Amino acid sequence: MATVLKEVDAVCIGVGFTGSILARELTKFGLKVVGLERGASRSTRDDFALPNVRDDLKYAVRQELFQDTQLETVSLRHSPGETALPIRRLGSFLPGMGVGGAGAHWNGVTWRLLPTDHNLRSHIENRYGKDAIAAEMTIEDFPVSYDELEPYYDRFEKLLGVSGKAGNLRGQKIDGGNVFEGPRQNDYPNPPLAMSMAGAIMEKAARELGYHPFRAPAANMSQPYTNPEGVTLGACEYCGHCERFGCEANAKSSPQSCILPVLLADNRFELRTHSYVKELVYDKQAKNVKAVRYVDTRSGEEYEQPAGLIILGAYVFNNNLLMMQAGIGEQYDPVTGKGALGRNYCYQVSGNNITVFFEDKVINPFMAAGASFGMNIDDFNGDNFDHSGVGFFGGAWISAGTSNGRPIQTRPVPPGTPRWGREWKKATAKWYNHAFNIGASGCNYAHRENYLDLDPTYRDALGRPLIRMTYNFHENDYKLAEYIGGVLGKIARAMNPTAMSSPAVRRGNYNVVPYQSTHNTGGTITGANPKTSVVNRYLQAWEADNLFVMGASVFPQNASYNPTGLVGALAYYAAEAITTRYIRSPGPLVQG
Amino acid sequence: MVDETIPRRDFLKGAVVGTAALATGGPAATQTGAPGTATPAADVEPLLTLTATEHAFIVAAVDTLIPADELSLSGSDCGVATFIDRQLAGAYGMGARLYRQGPFPKAKAELGYQLSLNPREFFRAGIESANAWTRRTYGKDFDRLSGTDREAALKAMEADKASFPGFSSRMFFDALLQITMEGFFSDPIYGGNRDMAGWKMVGYPGLPATYREEVKTYFGKKYDKPPRSIADFS
Repeated sequence: MATVLKEVDAVCIGVGFTGSILARELTKFGLKVVGLERGASRSTRDDFALPNVRDDLKYAVRQELFQDTQLETVSLRHSPGETALPIRRLGSFLPGMGVGGAGAHWNGVTWRLLPTDHNLRSHIENRYGKDAIAAEMTIEDFPVSYDELEPYYDRFEKLLGVSGKAGNLRGQKIDGGNVFEGPRQNDYPNPPLAMSMAGAIMEKAARELGYHPFRAPAANMSQPYTNPEGVTLGACEYCGHCERFGCEANAKSSPQSCILPVLLADNRFELRTHSYVKELVYDKQAKNVKAVRYVDTRSGEEYEQPAGLIILGAYVFNNNLLMMQAGIGEQYDPVTGKGALGRNYCYQVSGNNITVFFEDKVINPFMAAGASFGMNIDDFNGDNFDHSGVGFFGGAWISAGTSNGRPIQTRPVPPGTPRWGREWKKATAKWYNHAFNIGASGCNYAHRENYLDLDPTYRDALGRPLIRMTYNFHENDYKLAEYIGGVLGKIARAMNPTAMSSPAVRRGNYNVVPYQSTHNTGGTITGANPKTSVVNRYLQAWEADNLFVMGASVFPQNASYNPTGLVGALAYYAAEAITTRYIRSPGPLVQG
Repeated sequence: MVDETIPRRDFLKGAVVGTAALATGGPAATQTGAPGTATPAADVEPLLTLTATEHAFIVAAVDTLIPADELSLSGSDCGVATFIDRQLAGAYGMGARLYRQGPFPKAKAELGYQLSLNPREFFRAGIESANAWTRRTYGKDFDRLSGTDREAALKAMEADKASFPGFSSRMFFDALLQITMEGFFSDPIYGGNRDMAGWKMVGYPGLPATYREEVKTYFGKKYDKPPRSIADFS
């Protein structure tokens, strides 16, 4: 039997970026907030210290900071007719665990979506006709427009101290920034990072081709920065150990480096680590989540924490799992199209890349920052180019740069080189410092058959079903990949390299082994219609008034961009609705 | 640099016949240096989990994957066999971060690793299969083959042309290549990449990796400082 604890004002499930932001906003408003974190405490001083923070084997390969699949994983099948099998070892994506969540070990790429990514379905219908979108492509509009969300993107960028250069300041296009971005009220809080050799080569080639190169927005500090919370971040050391690692210099934005110092100092906030949330106690009649049940992993004891307000800020899969188990909303069925919970699971069409080799250029790949340390183009992203007759929608952000030179995982060799032996050694020694990748991260638009539900066979350490992912790439994705592969080839040739690989183009089934991105989205999507969405525009569950769902699980589909910028903006947007409206008058903020 | 203190092939022959002294390290082990130093005979570090037969296989395999040449010592002389032994004896070998609930049906490759074996068990089975295959094909265990035949045998496994019971030879080869590269390029604290040989080969400077000024001053220029590792800062 669970021990019932004294009710608190609010509980945050998960203490990563969204849990920290919501806890901060709610405690500032005067609420007593409990943060439940399934993993251990993690601090920069104790956990991300030199020299061991540079241990590539421990962090990058043996996955020290990620979710432990022995406790919990997801299962996968490629289509609804197949039997799903568990992802036994993380590869394709890397959810976090412990205080800070994935925000402790990300790279730091912090985008805003394009305005047309926000109103995707209506934009495509307006531009290409009502019938342009295939029936199985179940894309939707975000209920919140770019203009509405702009101040919240801005706020999140200031919390993080994003380094970058505006390309559209209040409607004025600025060369060197991303001229395709929506109008910004303010420039980035920090100037762009230093230029890498790979970026310089990319910039020249892209300009020659008539494209619009710019520096990707990076949550890696180009200079010391004090954010609006009064927390000071250090300057980036270009150590090449962002993704999969913590940052010893507090130069990469993370909950630890941006917000936890103030949150943990506030006695209205209580952090409970080793508190593994098992289920939501849901009153369907009252449309209310009364409490959260969790296991103290140090003792195995179960606790029930009643709360007036529940912030669900776990990773995408746990958000879905907890809602499905509690029955908050109707499970999506791909045959009938009914039900919204689990609908529109999306990912990223990545894995398109080319490696270019330059005999006479020194790249120094190990001097790098995580956030796409190079140059990018958005000329082939979203609907920035005409899709008439191309047979697909969406595009990719294309980037040439270096994020690390850690040689267990990064040691490019020209095509045709054997994977081992004398020839491999020669080629590796020769090219390690003379090569880089041009990569593309593609949109992944929702497909009727891609969804999440509960696995009938496999269970996690708490005895719950695993989330079952039914997912594969479809025609839109493959055509997009082919098209972008052609663009990559064109850019690579314009660089005039000594050698280049042929474009790797995303083909075949989704494969869980190679890393692609931790950009899993959907399943508890936001929308204007309770029949096809799980949360309203304020991220409030349609079926539980006091439950607000954070993170990329609310995305109706995935744009090409890394999701964190939008996740943070939506967190601030929801927090404002909660503190200015919901708390004064609890109930649905949108009538369903 | 050439191994001067103990002819490895003779040592391996001894190991294969399974003398207890050699299998547990034997007298030669006391002469070896600490990990991270350039002691040529350090491939006879005492073993934690590999049997003498397995160790002989691993040494022969990593020396074929990473042969000695002007760029580095051989894989085992760089500590890669020691690295593999320690990894398989530790948390990774025992299946840390590996979801191990059944059932375990046959699966498409895109679903990733789907066997019930932990890495230690996987390598035990794989080495046994590899030696059985070379005995069938060449009449000898892998480590007894000539250099040319070792290369041919590994290529056959890489191309999935060697028939293994249970799981494919390509799957075994890929795991072997992966753990070998981990041993050659990870920080020397794990017993491989001895004297930072792998890092020196490619020009990776290791630690502390603080380049706030260097990212500008070395723009387009080779960074030629000698590498340092975790031990240098501990």
